[in-house]
Amino acid sequence: MSDTSFVRTEMLEEKAPPASTVGLVGWARENLFSSVLNSVVTLLSFAFIAYVLVGLLPWMFQSSWTSKSLTECRELFNATYGTSHGHACWGVVNDRWLQLLYGFYPDHLYWRVNLTLVLTFAALAPILFSEKTPKQFLYLTMAYPFLMPWLLWGGTIWAPVVAALGFVVGYFVFVTVSKVQSGLVTMIATVIAVLVWWLVLAGPVADTLSGILSLSIESVESRKFGGFMLALLLGVVAIGVSLPIGILLALGRLSDLLIVKAICVGFIEFIRGVPLITLLFVASLLLNVFMPPGTNFDIILRVMIMMTLFSAAYMAETIRGGLAALPKGQYEGADSLGLNYWQAQRLIIMPQALKISIPGIVSNFIGIFKDTTLVSIIGLLDVIGLSQAIRADTAWNGIYWELFAFIALLFFVVCFSMSRYSMYLERKLQTGHKR
Amino acid sequence: MTTLTDPPKESFRLSMLIYDTRYRSATIQVIALLFFMLAAAWLVNNTINNLNSLGKEITFGFFSEPAGYDINQRLLDYQNRDSHLRAAFIGLLNTLVVAVLGCITATVLGVFIGVLRLSKNWIVARIMTVYVEMFRNVPVLLWIIVAMAILTEALPSPRDFRGENPEASMAVFDTVAVTNRGVYIPEALFSRSLGDIHVLGDSSLRFDISLDFMAIMAVLIAGLFFSRKIKQSADKIQEATGIRPSTIWKRLGVVFIPLIAVLVALGFHLGYPELKGFNFQGGTHMRNSLLALWLALSLYTAAFIAEIVRGGILAISHGQTEAAGALGLRSGRIMSLVVLPQALRVIIPPMISNYLNLTKNSSLAIAVGYMDITGTMGGITMNQTGRELECVVLLMAVYLVISLSISGAMNVYNSRVKLVER
Amino acid sequence: MNKSVILSAAAVACLSAVGASAGTLDDVKARGKLSCGVASGLVGFATPDANGEWGGFDVSVCRAVAAAVLGDPKAVDFVPTTGKTRFTALASGEIDMLARNTTWTFSRDVDLKFTFVGVNYYDGQGFMVPKELGVSSAKELDGATVCIQTGTTTELNLADFFRTNGISYEPVPIETNAEAQQQYLAGACDVYTTDASGLAATRAAFENPGDHTLLPEIISKEPLGPLVRHGDNEWGDIVRWSLNALITAEELGVTSANIAEMGAGTENPEINRLLGTEGNLGEMLGLSADWAKNAIMAGGNYGEVFEKNIGENTPIGLARGLNAQWTDGGLIYSPPFR
Repeated sequence: MSDTSFVRTEMLEEKAPPASTVGLVGWARENLFSSVLNSVVTLLSFAFIAYVLVGLLPWMFQSSWTSKSLTECRELFNATYGTSHGHACWGVVNDRWLQLLYGFYPDHLYWRVNLTLVLTFAALAPILFSEKTPKQFLYLTMAYPFLMPWLLWGGTIWAPVVAALGFVVGYFVFVTVSKVQSGLVTMIATVIAVLVWWLVLAGPVADTLSGILSLSIESVESRKFGGFMLALLLGVVAIGVSLPIGILLALGRLSDLLIVKAICVGFIEFIRGVPLITLLFVASLLLNVFMPPGTNFDIILRVMIMMTLFSAAYMAETIRGGLAALPKGQYEGADSLGLNYWQAQRLIIMPQALKISIPGIVSNFIGIFKDTTLVSIIGLLDVIGLSQAIRADTAWNGIYWELFAFIALLFFVVCFSMSRYSMYLERKLQTGHKR
Repeated sequence: MTTLTDPPKESFRLSMLIYDTRYRSATIQVIALLFFMLAAAWLVNNTINNLNSLGKEITFGFFSEPAGYDINQRLLDYQNRDSHLRAAFIGLLNTLVVAVLGCITATVLGVFIGVLRLSKNWIVARIMTVYVEMFRNVPVLLWIIVAMAILTEALPSPRDFRGENPEASMAVFDTVAVTNRGVYIPEALFSRSLGDIHVLGDSSLRFDISLDFMAIMAVLIAGLFFSRKIKQSADKIQEATGIRPSTIWKRLGVVFIPLIAVLVALGFHLGYPELKGFNFQGGTHMRNSLLALWLALSLYTAAFIAEIVRGGILAISHGQTEAAGALGLRSGRIMSLVVLPQALRVIIPPMISNYLNLTKNSSLAIAVGYMDITGTMGGITMNQTGRELECVVLLMAVYLVISLSISGAMNVYNSRVKLVER
Repeated sequence: MNKSVILSAAAVACLSAVGASAGTLDDVKARGKLSCGVASGLVGFATPDANGEWGGFDVSVCRAVAAAVLGDPKAVDFVPTTGKTRFTALASGEIDMLARNTTWTFSRDVDLKFTFVGVNYYDGQGFMVPKELGVSSAKELDGATVCIQTGTTTELNLADFFRTNGISYEPVPIETNAEAQQQYLAGACDVYTTDASGLAATRAAFENPGDHTLLPEIISKEPLGPLVRHGDNEWGDIVRWSLNALITAEELGVTSANIAEMGAGTENPEINRLLGTEGNLGEMLGLSADWAKNAIMAGGNYGEVFEKNIGENTPIGLARGLNAQWTDGGLIYSPPFR
């Protein structure tokens, strides 16, 4: 007997897969031509893409970047291509892009707008990328609400500092009173102290301080705000301010207190039930009528108020969704620890609910940000409003697509990156099983 | 000897309003109510003072004055001598028209695109992704303006239909004219018409009901009713004998023979658009402003609906698809019979809010000159009369009513399809 | 009790507000800036340039008033307004004056309670058609599609015109002039109607202006002028006479080129009164003696402003026509400075 084995002991060399299933061909067979129907659809799709590109590319690239007016463009195209149609006159963007971005903001102060934008990202970092940012950024986040208006509107630095001091005053009163008095009294005392500070003391204190040491930068009226910067500003303010209001509204809507609940539901459903444009009509036509006679604040501020109310209602619904998604056990756990309502909200419910709501908040932001274009209908010169103003210039009268393309690109870049971020977040928050 | 005494009876103290949980909620609510009422009183008071100092008063009398302007796209008859109220009513109908049309097309497109985004065909999925991202990330106002500009620039003008060798010709066997002034489609005409019923006489809300249309609907409904009867009796025979009698011809006949008879009796024929003078005449004219708004709103909303549908489909457990595959269903049928019906439950609530958004976004119609309620009551009427307060408040009320009715109706539907859980 | 507190507080606020609004001039001086409502972009009348500087025919009126009141033609805040927001902005005090090619009508004057201080441009609604249409009169437009800009008096005039002539039309309402232009050029409407100045400006921007013609009919009177709120006559006077100063300057031959020389004193007493070397007209208005000089130096006299912004040498190319001085057969006429 030899040691003949009837079972193979060594494996055969693996054969290379058929050429048609690997590489580009294999991928194409798998993903593009897996069946007759699929092949037809693929071919049609390619034809469609080719059609679009053939129409678009010459327009985009056989264009003029330096012309100073539409007539100049037309002459140039007539001389070069024999026709004035089908070629983009990017000269308008070249000529007006700073205006489209910054509106009428004084050009030697553009750095302030840019700095504000950078600060916005820095202040948002601890919220958006919580685990990757150093803790110190949180101080910036806290200072941001006071820094931002100062940088944009300018004026003395003492106004925001004194406004911020209101919170410090509130904190001290809270600490002192809470040693001798119970919760609710402390709360009331704090609120009163802060209000007194802001309404009575803040003005004189700021005046005195700026009298001693005038630390002020050139002030810019909000009338000068415009273009894309206006859209960003309105979006950031509306979302930032509406977050706390939205939280309160959401809690109010979920509370057992009948009247509070009714008021909150009424407000939310009213705002969500009417189009933003009617609210902007209120801002531009009626808000002055609702305010005490003689008060007159400018249209940008009025629009900000209405946009904030608008976004607060949507924010409230987003946060309500986050609250509803929390397991009931969390509420019960908080109760069993003996926490009162506000403690439970602050320590247990809100941190989790807000985290769940962030994707919703981001998509709210995208929505509000896109909706800021509606202010052009009430005569504010945001990007769309400015594009109409630019077309009223005799040099650019009759230009359309170039401006539309530029505006669309601006919005696309910002909104697309935000929606990507939101998707990243959803993936990060997703703890369920994937297939 | 010990005597049991009752615990000392608690007397009511003022501080209990705050510290006693029994009263605290009531206290807070009363305070909230007080603040709310004070705020409301403050606003109303300011308004009255301001209006007084401007020398205006709140009145709705201007609604009965002649509007003075024309509305091109309208469902009901309207002349510029009609009242502002009539103009507002026409505008309201226009809002509803574009909202309903938009919702329908957005749903169809959205479901289609949402399913295609999950297609195994790489290029199709990519194109759909590009579409969705493009529309979701650019403001709807811009899309509306662009849609109008495209329709204006890309379509032939009526001039191009003229002459020996026209540059453009009518579509679908010379019955539909697609121009940059809108689309003219054939209209239904009756040479032996029964006439109309005029409802609400001469008031601003008057409208006509076409008797021809009513007659046709009546015959159609009766036909469908009898056809159903035939089916039921066939079912009975099948249950009793096991043999199903052939009913298809009977059922078709019951529906169609009376219908054709009625149409012939009424002298039904189509009115085709014809180029006369400056414009096409005859046929039903859908203006460009309506088309642009409709197109832009549906494409924009469809991108959102596509994402909802995709999310809904992905939310259905993969086991369902595999089980359906194991039963031998083809992939199209898996989608339509197993996945979509289940996904519907996830899809409907966000879909409602998208319908609402579409309706509200239709108020941007002023950007393309479509005379919806914002364009009539909140636009020209407000401009001509200078009654901002009345017009804006009424405008908001109208939208609120529309929104609440849509969400109400859709919530009823939602609760009917909802999975009943134990 | 609360109610009465609120009411009295509101009453006090109301009184103080009335006190405040009684002196627009003082407000403007205190602010150091004139707040002037203009169109948010209208060819030749109000447009921001690439540096954000506003220019145009209406804008020049604002600058003249600012120069007269504050001595600085740049001390103006331009508030872009739409057809809808313009009157509210003025009524609520957001702007001190409105120079937004606004037609002077009875109801705006009486019902909406504004004071039109004069007319800086006599306009009228006209029609523009492509030449190839072969139309020579607006009365041949039966069944035509007409592009109109909404939110103005144009649509009412149009409806009235077609109604009185018993012909039908199809209106295409459009939000902005730029879109109307696009629609018209693409043939989406046969006719474009708006103020004749707007038509001329629009046609001037076309690739082939010669292919289009303006019909002879002018179907309405559109006296366009600056306006202020009712109830502040001092302020109204200032705006009125600033405009009149520009007009009178042209009549008397005072231009921005020779004003320095004439300001030293001339033989003509009216010029002297106008330029403040004689009499105390400025003092009567509550302004400095050289108010009118400043106003004229801001952009030149009426004729210069016209020529620079919309005149025949600009792309817009409007002839003076009705807007010539009364001495040249036009309607531009200022009461005497005396």
